[in-house]
Amino acid sequence: MAAAGEPILEVRDLVKHFPLTQGIVLRRQVGAIKAVDGVSFDLRRGETLGIVGESGCGKSTLAKLLMALERPTSGSVRINGHQIADAKGRELKRARRNIQMVMQDPYTSLNPRMTVGDIIGEPFEIHREVAPRGDRRRRVQELLEVVGLDPGHVNRYPHQFSGGQRQRIGIARGLALQPEIIVCDEPVSALDVSIQAQVVNLLERLQDEFGLAYVFIAHDLSVVRHISDRVGVMYLGKMVESGKDTEIYDRPAHPYTQALLSAVPVPDPEGRERRERIILRGDPPSPANPPSGCRFRTRCWKAEEICAVEEPPLRVRPGTAHASACHFAETHDVIHAREGV
Amino acid sequence: MSDTLVPAGGKTGRPKHGKPRRGTRRAKAPKDASLWGDAWYDLRRRPLFVGASFLITVLVVMAVFPSLFTSVNPFDARSCELADARLGMSEAHWFGTDNLGCDIYARTVHGARNSIVVGLATTVVTALVGGLLGLFAGFRGGALDTLLSRITEIFFAIPSILGALLILAVFRTGNVWTVMLALAVLTWPMTYRIMRAAVITAKNQDYVLAARALGASAWRIMFRHILPNAIASVIVVATINLGYFIAAEAGLSFLGVGLRSPDISWGLMISDARERFLEAPWALLFPALFLSLTVLAFIMLGDAVRDALDPKLR
Amino acid sequence: MKRTSAPTVPPEEAPDGEPLLVVDDLHVEFVTRQGVVKAVNGVSYSLNPGETLAVLGESGSGKSVTAQAIMGILDSPPARVPRGEIRFWGTNLLALPEEARTRVRGRRIAMIFQDALSALNPVFTVGDQIGEMFRVHRGASRRDATKKAIELMDRVRIPAARQRVHDYPHQFSGGMRQRIMIAMSIALDPQVLIADEPTTALDVTVQAQIMELLGELRRESEMGLILITHDLGVVADVADKIAVMYGGRIVENALVHDIYRRPAHPYTKGLLASIPRVDQKGRELYAIKGMPPNLLDMPTGCAFHPRCSYRQDDCVVEAPPLYEIGPTRAGACHHWREVLDGSRG
Repeated sequence: MAAAGEPILEVRDLVKHFPLTQGIVLRRQVGAIKAVDGVSFDLRRGETLGIVGESGCGKSTLAKLLMALERPTSGSVRINGHQIADAKGRELKRARRNIQMVMQDPYTSLNPRMTVGDIIGEPFEIHREVAPRGDRRRRVQELLEVVGLDPGHVNRYPHQFSGGQRQRIGIARGLALQPEIIVCDEPVSALDVSIQAQVVNLLERLQDEFGLAYVFIAHDLSVVRHISDRVGVMYLGKMVESGKDTEIYDRPAHPYTQALLSAVPVPDPEGRERRERIILRGDPPSPANPPSGCRFRTRCWKAEEICAVEEPPLRVRPGTAHASACHFAETHDVIHAREGV
Repeated sequence: MSDTLVPAGGKTGRPKHGKPRRGTRRAKAPKDASLWGDAWYDLRRRPLFVGASFLITVLVVMAVFPSLFTSVNPFDARSCELADARLGMSEAHWFGTDNLGCDIYARTVHGARNSIVVGLATTVVTALVGGLLGLFAGFRGGALDTLLSRITEIFFAIPSILGALLILAVFRTGNVWTVMLALAVLTWPMTYRIMRAAVITAKNQDYVLAARALGASAWRIMFRHILPNAIASVIVVATINLGYFIAAEAGLSFLGVGLRSPDISWGLMISDARERFLEAPWALLFPALFLSLTVLAFIMLGDAVRDALDPKLR
Repeated sequence: MKRTSAPTVPPEEAPDGEPLLVVDDLHVEFVTRQGVVKAVNGVSYSLNPGETLAVLGESGSGKSVTAQAIMGILDSPPARVPRGEIRFWGTNLLALPEEARTRVRGRRIAMIFQDALSALNPVFTVGDQIGEMFRVHRGASRRDATKKAIELMDRVRIPAARQRVHDYPHQFSGGMRQRIMIAMSIALDPQVLIADEPTTALDVTVQAQIMELLGELRRESEMGLILITHDLGVVADVADKIAVMYGGRIVENALVHDIYRRPAHPYTKGLLASIPRVDQKGRELYAIKGMPPNLLDMPTGCAFHPRCSYRQDDCVVEAPPLYEIGPTRAGACHHWREVLDGSRG
């Protein structure tokens, strides 16, 4: 997947806090869930940026922010230079043509009372300027073909399809407006293992064919590695490491990334005694009350005093080739079996 | 990861055991495979539905074309012979006669119309008013929702019989429309609540999020996505309520605040026959029987519809 | 295979030469409106003390139904077991009266599930729920039961167990709840623990913690573990032997190293080739074409043949039995030799 070109998506200091309120008649704000707390990245034309993290890291909220389904508390999201974070009305609607979404759950992401043809054709009804009325049916059938489904099935209902097929329908819907960017929010997590490969291959093929850029959000590190050109690791609302896929996976610098990668079981019993095991203690802190300074310090084996005082910014650290947010960043291969152990 | 229809928690759900996978067609698929089509296919096969429908059809025909069932016109004063008062069942009078010598069978047949009209009209009004308000309140939330919810809570606190009595006392006249109004005013909060709850559930579904991501307007989302998915529960309640409205009208007429002479109502007939029950039990029993059957038929219908539309059984 | 005699409660110690748990030609069917669903079609596997058997399969493979049949928690109707035995230290559990089965369930064979939140009762404290095992099965007093509960919570590494024993399930995180469920299940020192997708809904770091805990507990007590999962990575980490299930049948049985190095069934082979690896970046994933079978309408012959790249005519006609490939291996493919050799069909 050649990742050529200028950035089409620029995210800067994106913040989303969900207020916690008390009281029935008069609501007071007593705190906030800091779901996303200052995330910045670029996405270039035709490339795939993988975003990984565990529950509570904010990646789902990030997906909603990118799709303008939530308004950020602060920060900016620019697509081709146009700010969409505070766009409204017609401007927002127009911007939506360029960024679409594929969702996680194939069973709830399609309206069960609409035919597949209606579901895929709805983008054309909402954005009438994209396709003239007479052309829509043909386009819908084309889209079904492109995702590997039978165009004759336009009048069927979602419950007549399997999970993998429904996901394909969701992808076809996302392609209808010919966007440049597709945000994939855990697109294969709810599918059977043998079907996941089909859908991943489809996504890759579509990317090559249409020059799409993906923001691929998932918790499955193996799938993310496979499809991504660059990867960002999130923890408690912050991006703690980002870089090329080989850099992140083979030479992770941030302790959380190292712990995360060492926890991924590898389907190879040979090396199982020889891989490094980092087992984190305890649970992640609550996003309503993140630790001061570096958020990972409560579970980190490298934590020192400075970690509680000064939050490490995301930047390239000495001895490493990519950006990480740790005062003591040091690359360390955790996923390959060590020799001679 | 599993066979579940709706995986719990957003990630992979609990494995469901042994039940057939979604997405495979049944051996004999109905032509219209929409969820409504499936429900209809299912309904046609339920004896409860078939039985209830048959009964209701007969009653509706009776209401619309009473002359098909009896040639006697009870509204014509000459059809009642005082001398024939309280006669038992006979060739001339299948159900006997009442206190004024009127043929009970003819009165019972003609009484069907008022009952069905009240039931139907009230159902339609409560469904429309409660449904639309519930749709807006559930979708928009915020101040409108809070305000409407408080108002409906007040209505729920009013005991229905007393409330109806009060409203009808204000109107002084008792006819089909005042009775309908009284019942509707007291019952619309129920459909409101049900619609609102269904809308709130539907609002949080992924496909609504997907529609928003496409740029769909609020109207499109409300009427194209949410309403079709929320309306099933309202339909079920409305169908069951039809039976209750018919019974309520009879009750109000019995109490003397509903329909009055010369209107014919089963409740009124029961009330009139009350005092001389031991002498002429048929005067009370037949209208009561018809009333019970009608209410039962609608409730059975509502039950069958609810089972057919229940998504968990799909 | 020995036939068992009169149904009695299983012995407390191993009769000579008997494996701990044997599932023998088990068949489970569900009677539904649309017809009879054959969820399990002749499954056999065995477990010895201290062993970890991984049962690998996707949805519809019958792996969970088999486990529930072992536990005796299937709803019958609509489920029924037309054939097969489940022998625990030689005693056929399916032939036992319900009362005896209840004594086995929880005490000798325990089970943990995927979703701890719904497996735990939200209106009782965790101390109550763990303690219940002792109160009901051992007649312990409330105070003793709570003491035991705290001990168990310590054993499964729940911090501040003494304080938290009076908390409710919703006050714990997902990983902690899973630990509580594990604590409940090992409370009475069962000989077999069945874990049905125990970590699927958990984050990968929490998964690592839980799998490590299960490994430790197993080593401490010589407990046999049946791990039901779809995750080939988890299996590689912890299993001694694997049974791969597809369409209600076992399609391959082997020791863990053999399965990964040289699979003998096209399904296993396809699965291994289709999963992305965190330690490698492949060019394109091999995708098994087609979809898992419809249990109401199974293909003739081999259930996998519509998706199989090694398919030949005999596969459509005759369902392959579990061929013996070696002393510890079996595979249900007519052409297992070709699959083993590595030539893609």
